[in-house]
Amino acid sequence: MSKEPVAVVGIGQTRHVAARRDVSLAGLVREAARRALRDAELTWADIDAVVIGKAPDFFEGVMMPELYLADALGAVGKPMLRVHTAGSVGGSTALVAANLVAARVHGTVLTLAFEKQSESNAMWGLSLPIPFQQPLLAGAGGFFAPHIRAYMRRSGAPETVGALVAYKDRRNALKNPYAHLHEHDITLDKVMASPMLWDPIRYSETCPSSDGACAMILTDRAGAARAPRSPAWMLGGAMRSEPTLFAGKDFVSPRAGQDCAADVYRQAGITDPRREIDGAEIYVPFSWYEPMWLENLGFAGEGEGWKLTEAGVTELDGDLPVNMSGGVLSTNPIGASGMIRFAEAALQVRGQAGEHQVDGARRVLGHAYGGGSQFFSMWLVGDRPPDS
Amino acid sequence: MTSAPRDREIAVVAFAQTDHRRTSEELSEVEMLMPVLHEVLDSTGLKTADIDFTCSGSSDYLAGRAFSFTLALDGVGAWPPISESHVEMDGAWALYEAWTKILTGDADTALVYAYGKSSPGSVRDVLTRQLDPYYVAPLWPDSVALAALQAQALIDAGDTDEPALAAVASRNRAAASTNPHAQLRGPVPQGDHLLQPLRTGDCPPIGDGAAAVILAAGDRARDLCARPAWIRGIDHRIEAHGLGVRDLTDSPSTRLAAERAGAFERPVDTAELHAPFSSQEVVLRKALRLGEDVDVNPSGGALAANPIMAAGLIRIGEAAARIHRGRSDRALAHATSGPCLQQNLVAVLEGEPR
Amino acid sequence: MPEVLKAPLVVEFPFTRSLGPVQSAFLTGLRERVVLGVRTGDGRVLVPPVEYDPVTAEEIGDLVHVGLTGTVTTWAWNHEPRRGQPLDTPFAWVLVQLDGADTALLHALDAPGPDAVHTGMRVRVRWAGERTGAITDIACFEPYDGEASTVTVHAGEFEDPVTGIVAAARLDYTYSPGRAQTAYIDALSGRRTVGERCPSCRKVYVPPRGACPTCGVATSEQVEVGPRGTVTTFCIVNIKAKNLDIEVPYVYAHIALDGAGLALHGRIGGIPYDEVRMGLRVEPVWTEGARYPDHYRPTGEPDADYDTYRELL
Repeated sequence: MSKEPVAVVGIGQTRHVAARRDVSLAGLVREAARRALRDAELTWADIDAVVIGKAPDFFEGVMMPELYLADALGAVGKPMLRVHTAGSVGGSTALVAANLVAARVHGTVLTLAFEKQSESNAMWGLSLPIPFQQPLLAGAGGFFAPHIRAYMRRSGAPETVGALVAYKDRRNALKNPYAHLHEHDITLDKVMASPMLWDPIRYSETCPSSDGACAMILTDRAGAARAPRSPAWMLGGAMRSEPTLFAGKDFVSPRAGQDCAADVYRQAGITDPRREIDGAEIYVPFSWYEPMWLENLGFAGEGEGWKLTEAGVTELDGDLPVNMSGGVLSTNPIGASGMIRFAEAALQVRGQAGEHQVDGARRVLGHAYGGGSQFFSMWLVGDRPPDS
Repeated sequence: MTSAPRDREIAVVAFAQTDHRRTSEELSEVEMLMPVLHEVLDSTGLKTADIDFTCSGSSDYLAGRAFSFTLALDGVGAWPPISESHVEMDGAWALYEAWTKILTGDADTALVYAYGKSSPGSVRDVLTRQLDPYYVAPLWPDSVALAALQAQALIDAGDTDEPALAAVASRNRAAASTNPHAQLRGPVPQGDHLLQPLRTGDCPPIGDGAAAVILAAGDRARDLCARPAWIRGIDHRIEAHGLGVRDLTDSPSTRLAAERAGAFERPVDTAELHAPFSSQEVVLRKALRLGEDVDVNPSGGALAANPIMAAGLIRIGEAAARIHRGRSDRALAHATSGPCLQQNLVAVLEGEPR
Repeated sequence: MPEVLKAPLVVEFPFTRSLGPVQSAFLTGLRERVVLGVRTGDGRVLVPPVEYDPVTAEEIGDLVHVGLTGTVTTWAWNHEPRRGQPLDTPFAWVLVQLDGADTALLHALDAPGPDAVHTGMRVRVRWAGERTGAITDIACFEPYDGEASTVTVHAGEFEDPVTGIVAAARLDYTYSPGRAQTAYIDALSGRRTVGERCPSCRKVYVPPRGACPTCGVATSEQVEVGPRGTVTTFCIVNIKAKNLDIEVPYVYAHIALDGAGLALHGRIGGIPYDEVRMGLRVEPVWTEGARYPDHYRPTGEPDADYDTYRELL
């Protein structure tokens, strides 16, 4: 028996901001879930199971918050799963939900990911004072910046590439009403002139800290046939993990990322991702990760990713648009960030992306990663079912 | 709800667990977990590279550290990179995720593990952080207090009394005398009220431990295990969070999960119930319609060893191991999560006729 | 084997919780000595109120005023109150169904002893002296045998509504780092850096974590590495990190100690920050009583060739 095809028929997200002071945790997740239900023209009663994801519980100070949120998400009397795979969790959560449909365990599943970072402070949650350990010497950027320097050394990329990515993503965000940062007066010069925080990372090349949630309704062929709007179809999906730190680990292009992408392309029958994929939503928390991941995902050869960025290929009107939504650089509720990538990919192939729609997008990649560049989750969605 | 027949047979083919102890402070989590991973792999002859999917369950709040599961992965040997996932839940739900992964046909084998160290923190206080963060958590009602409210509701309803609860506790600990892994083995004084009506004997020991299970599909399972424990059904359901909106003397989510798992289609001979408190076994027996002829918790259950986040997976492992040994033909395994049995999972396992 | 290392780990944060409209009305009501419930689609009154029907998940917001008196639906006697609980003398945990409500609220009941408590007993709210708009504005319940208080309709509108709460939460853990890290930390006290070699792939792990993460086997053979090493990559930190008394800018680097299979992290000193480069050879500088080197400084050796450390970034 082959797998049941999986369709995305509903997508909803909150308006993402630094602090959603007007809603409770339940109110935040319900805002995304209700929008997804409305998009699918379904009710809570139509949902068979709920799969929820978020990053560490210390961010909100609620242990296993899905227990508290069960009623808010209409899960009473239903199965509910809670996924946690660090920064990749938004993507992993969607894939766990997709498997419930693919395995024909359930017909229609609500999947949702969230973070309400304003309830605490992300840096506090990420750096609890563990005894005996060397104190963290440099905030979040200090973890990523040395890897970026390694990439620059390896690829010979010019120093301006990071700024180009930030400038592009922030302009894309202006077209996305849900994005957190709307910098109407953004210019390349402003990005270049922003303070160097963790050299080589400038302030404008970092992601914000956001409150937000994202939800999707996944369903089977029968559910898709009833959907009021054209669905996005999952053509491939995979997760890969490698250890946090190990002798020989390549932080610039982790093998887990390469293997994960290769698995997705194999499932989807993609042999030349650069030509056959129409756009990509890639988890880029610091702008330099765009060229790095372009290589890791097989869109460019080793050391060549920055050339695509520099040539404008990844612009919204380029021939491989990347982060049409404005990306993580413009919106980052950590636990939800991966699912927002997956959802944006689905919006694109459904033709529902509004002002940031890529004309004729038929196959789009959604990508998430987390931990020390160790957990990867990806899906490729298309405008037609996998068997057509 | 879709309920198409699923034509993949999936079985538990191996199970291993630590000796559960009050503390394992001399070991990090990965040092505690790794021998169990080796044992469960060795018993099938599989290596990490032979495993198609890996899934684990654990809790950052228990560990007191964010992303605590990432270091546990070191014990697996995830190189070359592996297809892997993690639930912030008891390992029984990790097993459920792995079961769905195998059902899709994308995997034929899966490694599932879970671990929990309750010794570093005060687990009664830690678990208060699971509660409604606006109306309940600020009052710090601990896990024993909530279980005691449930126990009193059962007593008021005439479903049990203190001597009956003592008998449940004593029967579980007596059964544990033949379980070399249990933390409490043999008689334990019923003791004073910890939180009336619950006495110390009605409550689980606090301790550290880990467990691992291997799942395999079809002929692969038959190759790996002389008598696979076939998962005939598995389902889980959740209830409303607020204790004040639930009937604490009943567990409709357990009953529904059991129905969906096919538990009521034919009698089981064994049941491994994840009932950390004696009173919760009373609720579960009623919801699952278990008669006196069913051998309940031959392992001693969670009253004999309760490594949080692993104790539910251990119920499935213990039920499966009993089938492997030929001591059971059809067993029910149950796992729970949340205050007063809020979320429940039921699996029905069978061995082929002998 | 050295004694197990242990140290307290305090996880504490004042979480700032914003409230939706229903929670805001309920908690503001408590401040004003009013208890509000919310009516569900089928007419049941939930206390405490939430913004969704727990059965159907539909949005609800029709607030009603319920009584300050009610009935205990179950209880448990707590003779040893714990930190943070409503009363510091023995009390009963109770679920109380307030008059006019269909669900029960969890709180404490002040009573002289367990014999004075039973299911079905009548109780009333005892207000806290100072109320801020939190569940703790109800100090507890107390036994009460008077009339039931009357119930009126309430729109849930107040002057100066509470829009958030600060939920301070502290958990105390005792952290112990396990066997391998204990050995590593012990060696550091003698200013030696001791890693562990994987018996399978032979790589040396510093700091050791007890397992070779690629082979999934225990490491045990101890190997001293360093003290010198090579800067493999780095960044220049220009913003001051909280709780760190280091002047900016400074260099945060990955340093592969000689003999180690991977880099560890440290600060580079003794050289202007803008002269630090990949390949720089460095050695640790210790300060009295510190567990880790304060920083690493140049040794004066020629820079290492890129190919010697390209696998160690």
